[in-house]
Amino acid sequence: MTPPISEIWVYLSASPLLGLTLTLLAYQGAFWLYKRSGMNPLANPVLIAVVILVLLLTLTATSYETYFAGAQFVHFLLGPATVALAVPLYTQFRRVRSLLLPVLAGLVAGSLTAALSAIAVARLFGASLPTQLSLAPKSVTTPIAMGIAERIGGIPSLTAVLVIITGILGAVGARYIFDAMKLRDPAIRGFAIGVASHGIGTARAFQVSEQAGAFAALAMGLNGALTALLLPLVLGWLR
Amino acid sequence: MLSALTQLLVFQLLGEVVARWLALPVPGPVLGMLFLFVALALRGGPGQELQATSQNLLQHLSLLFVPAGVGIMVHLHRVADEWLPLLLSLVISTAATLVVTALVMKLLMPAQTTPGEIP
Repeated sequence: MTPPISEIWVYLSASPLLGLTLTLLAYQGAFWLYKRSGMNPLANPVLIAVVILVLLLTLTATSYETYFAGAQFVHFLLGPATVALAVPLYTQFRRVRSLLLPVLAGLVAGSLTAALSAIAVARLFGASLPTQLSLAPKSVTTPIAMGIAERIGGIPSLTAVLVIITGILGAVGARYIFDAMKLRDPAIRGFAIGVASHGIGTARAFQVSEQAGAFAALAMGLNGALTALLLPLVLGWLR
Repeated sequence: MLSALTQLLVFQLLGEVVARWLALPVPGPVLGMLFLFVALALRGGPGQELQATSQNLLQHLSLLFVPAGVGIMVHLHRVADEWLPLLLSLVISTAATLVVTALVMKLLMPAQTTPGEIP
């Protein structure tokens, strides 16, 4: 006799297998669409996969904790992948070294713009102070951003959401902005994406060009470190 | 692949240990990236295996953000109250950051530039 389907569901929903498999399936579906669209930035695979999974979890009333018990195996690979960014960085290092001045100046200008413009716009449209401060580190990779938010009086879990939305916005929008500016150099395009939208932007840059990806990775690392050091000081002066 | 993955994990571990030990504001993996970079410079480049494994891993870097991205569903209510100022701030500030960073770099760019593919 076969067990009723609800029993199988009870078993599966308690095992990490389901969350892991669903993550890979949703991503492959999203990536297929992305490829079919000719890697159109609007068909961003992170965005599509997240939407599919959130709908699925909501419809089946599955909690995020249950899902994450399986998805954590994918999440874990972010660490080694971040370390692996050293390889393209090394391969492209000759160009990085020849562009030291534009890279450092772009970094400082971009880092300050990211934090101060986010605060200014939010203040202009009436956001509360904790919300403004949660927005300030939004262009920085999640673990650094949450640490900064905590230190300057923002709400770390709100910052985590804003960081991911920022990453997707940058990955989706960058091409249109750079095309309008008639900017073609992959070093500039990659670096600006990395400063504005951290790892999710970097992932997009790698899908298009190794040079852009390497500069994005560099920008992500440098901007994380600079924002962590600079932002608490700058906010201190402004107060 | 196994030895390359092990190397990546060893450098990550090294990064985590140093970051915690010195209480640095940078996460372990970012520090691990720096250490691996220094090792590559000393060693004169990645071996074929490390090159291939990191390329594979980075090609699907966006997959690795999906689990954290789904986490939005838990905290979405935090965004609900002030969604308009938040949305405007994120869109305008992200665009401004892209434009300012790119413009500053372009102004300071040395004379010859190599065009290539575009993201």
